[in-house]
Amino acid sequence: MFGYCADPSALSGLTWLSCYLTTGTHFNFYWSFVTVLTLLAITAPIALTFGFGGAMAARSQILPVSWIGKGYIAAVRGVPDIVYFLFFVIALDQGIEYLRHLMVCEDLSQEVWRGLEFRVCPEAKVPTANAAPIWHSTYAFALAVFTFSLVFGAFAANVIYGAMNAVPRGQLETAEAYGMSPRQVFRRVLVPQMWIFALPGLSNLWLILIKATPLLFLLGIQDIVFWARELGTAKLPGNNPYPHADWRLFYFLGLLVFYLVFTRLSEIVLARLTARLSKGQATMAGEAMRKAAT
Amino acid sequence: MKKLILATALVALTGPAFAQDVVRIGTEGAYEPYNFIDQATGELAGFEIELGNELCTRAGLTCEFVQNAWDSIIPNLQSGNYDLIMAGMSITAEREEIITFTQNYVPPSASIYLALSADATIGEGGVVAAQTGTIQASHVAESGATLLEFATVDETVAAVRNGEADAAFGDLESLQPMIDASGGELARAGDPVPLGDGVGVGLRDSDEELKGKLNEAITAMKADGTLNALLEKWFGANVAKF
Repeated sequence: MFGYCADPSALSGLTWLSCYLTTGTHFNFYWSFVTVLTLLAITAPIALTFGFGGAMAARSQILPVSWIGKGYIAAVRGVPDIVYFLFFVIALDQGIEYLRHLMVCEDLSQEVWRGLEFRVCPEAKVPTANAAPIWHSTYAFALAVFTFSLVFGAFAANVIYGAMNAVPRGQLETAEAYGMSPRQVFRRVLVPQMWIFALPGLSNLWLILIKATPLLFLLGIQDIVFWARELGTAKLPGNNPYPHADWRLFYFLGLLVFYLVFTRLSEIVLARLTARLSKGQATMAGEAMRKAAT
Repeated sequence: MKKLILATALVALTGPAFAQDVVRIGTEGAYEPYNFIDQATGELAGFEIELGNELCTRAGLTCEFVQNAWDSIIPNLQSGNYDLIMAGMSITAEREEIITFTQNYVPPSASIYLALSADATIGEGGVVAAQTGTIQASHVAESGATLLEFATVDETVAAVRNGEADAAFGDLESLQPMIDASGGELARAGDPVPLGDGVGVGLRDSDEELKGKLNEAITAMKADGTLNALLEKWFGANVAKF
């Protein structure tokens, strides 16, 4: 990157380090932090939406809808995550390609699943082999976001379902006595009050989600753990301009600091959010706030 | 609006089908000098990257390398995530039951034991590390030693260094440079063991046409000496040649 990095073998000390830390592999490493943070930023709201939808479905008066909601929660909560990250993604990927196969392929006479092989016509591949590499990684990323959202959405659904049931019945009855329709009660009273009950569970999920991001590597995305391992393994002189011994420990220590700082920051934000949501609520924290104010 | 965005994304994702299809090649990217990530640029490099590009040029194909972890490299070939495997994969009868190979582009070679000293226990009673799903791992399992499997070759060597394993068993071409670079810390133990029928390009059973094209290109490179020159460039002058 810098001009003086042209001959790394002649460098030493800090200049060597400054060159070493600006190699192409290191930029891939730095970039993977952006990947992980982007995944979190996209997955969290989608998972929350899945959770909200799941909870609403589970509470529904219509029996089949309630079954769907409860079935979704039970199915994901009861199956090991790893199954979703290994099996579900492959099934989803092949499912999408099979649907496209039925739509766009001209020759449908050949079998798609032949023994261990899965084969659709080239036009049905998603993305097609001709697509730029960026589309291949975007597709893998989208599958990852969907899988993470599905898994964490089910847990969030259970948390929100519980939180909705925790809102004091008297609050809802009062609203009904004021003549609000069930919809209005839901929107104006139940939802605003349930967040404070959902927050402890949701904050747990958020921290678990942060720590689950290394599973990205299983989905073929080169995340921070992948790059830390790649950069840390011993490098021989010869093909590598910056040979070094096994440095994985240092890279993993770096990741440890990153995860600790990130979870600490999350805790601070979540604590503030709790304080804000407690205001005026019929909970112990809300009551304490009211007393302190008077 | 959302549907519109989704539809646009789908169209962009699939793109128009060009006359020239891209052949995607899966590789591990952690098996120096066969295939590894170039430290300076962060791109894939190594013997197989150079060879693969040359083979594709000769066969009139457009190729693109894709990195994939070793332990899922065959399943991902079968589910069509890429079309070829060039990852230092030895041709064995076991693998030929599920995928097919071109002729070898690296001659049959020996595997060696890497240890802290030349008299390390490598047979009965010893603990030997090998990369999971390799011919070396099967050999260790049959040799009577306790097999310790790792995801990458580097981890097998790290296990020897920290005393977890008595020895690591792997390709001569990949372990010997590590012994040479260790400054006497690591040594070769026991005798070299000839394993496998050399390294070839792995393909799906149904890709006979592609296999024919690649075989032709490999034959041509063997005939005009360019393959030998490449082998010498990446593995040193003492490498077994065609």
